[in-house]
Amino acid sequence: MSLRVYAIAYLIFLYAPIVLLPLFAFNDATIIAFPLSGFTTEWFSALKTNGSLHGALTNSLIIAGCTAVFSTLLGMCAARAAAMSHFPGKGGITGFVMLPLVLPEIIVAVSLLVILRQVLGLDLGNWTIIMAHVLICTPFSIAILNGAFGNLDPSMEEAALDLGESRWSAFRLVTLPLVMPGIISSMLISFTISLDEFIIAFFLTGSDPTLPVYIWGLLRFPAQLPVVMALGTILVALSIILLTIAELFRRRGIKRSGAKDTGGFL
Amino acid sequence: MSVGTSLTQDQSRAIRLLGVPFVYAVLLLAVPLGAIVLFSFWAQDFMAVDTTFTLDNYREIADSPIYAMLLQRSLMVSGIVTAVTVVLAYPVAYFISFHVTPSKKSLWLFLITIPFWTSYLIRVFLWKVILGYNGVINSGLIQVGLIEEPLTFILYNVNAVIITLAHAFAPFAILPIFVVLEKIDRSLLEASQDLGESRLSTFFRVTLPLSMPGVVGAVLIVFIPTVGDYVTPELMGGAGGKLIANMIQTQFLQLNNAPLGAALAIVAMLCVTAIALVFVFLNRRWLRGRR
Repeated sequence: MSLRVYAIAYLIFLYAPIVLLPLFAFNDATIIAFPLSGFTTEWFSALKTNGSLHGALTNSLIIAGCTAVFSTLLGMCAARAAAMSHFPGKGGITGFVMLPLVLPEIIVAVSLLVILRQVLGLDLGNWTIIMAHVLICTPFSIAILNGAFGNLDPSMEEAALDLGESRWSAFRLVTLPLVMPGIISSMLISFTISLDEFIIAFFLTGSDPTLPVYIWGLLRFPAQLPVVMALGTILVALSIILLTIAELFRRRGIKRSGAKDTGGFL
Repeated sequence: MSVGTSLTQDQSRAIRLLGVPFVYAVLLLAVPLGAIVLFSFWAQDFMAVDTTFTLDNYREIADSPIYAMLLQRSLMVSGIVTAVTVVLAYPVAYFISFHVTPSKKSLWLFLITIPFWTSYLIRVFLWKVILGYNGVINSGLIQVGLIEEPLTFILYNVNAVIITLAHAFAPFAILPIFVVLEKIDRSLLEASQDLGESRLSTFFRVTLPLSMPGVVGAVLIVFIPTVGDYVTPELMGGAGGKLIANMIQTQFLQLNNAPLGAALAIVAMLCVTAIALVFVFLNRRWLRGRR
């Protein structure tokens, strides 16, 4: 089975860099190179007392939380519309909303920078990053929520309407519980994307950096690299945990709506 | 309740719902893109922007060889990265679609997408650790005794940028190909083999042509964003590996020349779009020619 061997080799190639992270995060040497010299948790303790790191982390968490909520709300609008009747121009409008998926991030970053700083003369801050992150996360939310809304049987909501519920309460009592796993999955994915996003945040960050922007600054100082490794280990572990939960919810949602699971997030 | 005479209630509700993300995308994408187009025809005058129409930015891009060189190098790197990623990804997508049992498919896809969602910055930096002068590859090969001096052709140059980008965009290439492979009617493959084609010629005459839309999708979704990446060339490229996105970033954030940066961004986007369109067109003609 040569294809299987190839696929496993490919997976190893994908994971090779990530496996190195914990190795160097616990390595007792300031230089990031083999051979390893000994075990230490020194770099992790250095993280605990670092004030500017905590500030950056708080910023990133606020931004990622807001992005998750807003992009999922926009995604719900689009996914629900996608499951409804067709109207002229629907494909084009959906395509335009999905455009940030393929647009180079630097283009999004510079165009927003120009409009915010040069045209409107506003100060940059967390809210500017949130706005841009919502823009790039919405397509991912739509892709996930399309799976949840698309598999839904419209007759269930119609039944609730026929039985006298208002449109809003029919949505809240019937549809919302059914798509809830998709909503949670979408929020977790948006949260993860926003937490890790650097290219746009670097352009739009104000006086307080986000976590990736802060890490970017650290990369210039060789003495700080083991600390970066420790921080990276925590971040990657956190991402993997969030993604696993998101995947579990996505699967539960598909099971709940009675469809067959066809694949991953996209 | 009825909004338009020709629209059903359900349709107008769908329009209102889709209108919300659409208006957001117009305000935060279309309007800003329009603004950089406008800016590219203006000029930077020390601290202020001179708003008289001028083609000077484009003239400067055409006249100074550095921009053409950077753009050419960017497109070349993106092209190689795209080719490498898609060629390496195809067998994996094929394997998952044709050889993995249906209940395990989503586990495989999940395993493939996980590295993609972890911090991009950290992943790029880790490649520096792997390829570096004292890196994993060099120190490993020296210890084994295969080489005596560290290899230098894999760090701070275009090669390092290509390796890192090809790794970063791998899942992006697998997913579109997988989706299309899943849709191929398996009875077509049986028919081809019943009619006497070997497994290999069935692949080249049936499976591959039918999966071309996925390959095209994979090419576009890798080729277009890689042109806009400045993290990898900045960290891995050294002096000789800088790309057009680094120049755009420098114009905006260091040289404070937004109009020239805007013009560069537009020229880069136009080149990428043109190449992508030519690729899609050629592929369509090729597929039609085969029928």
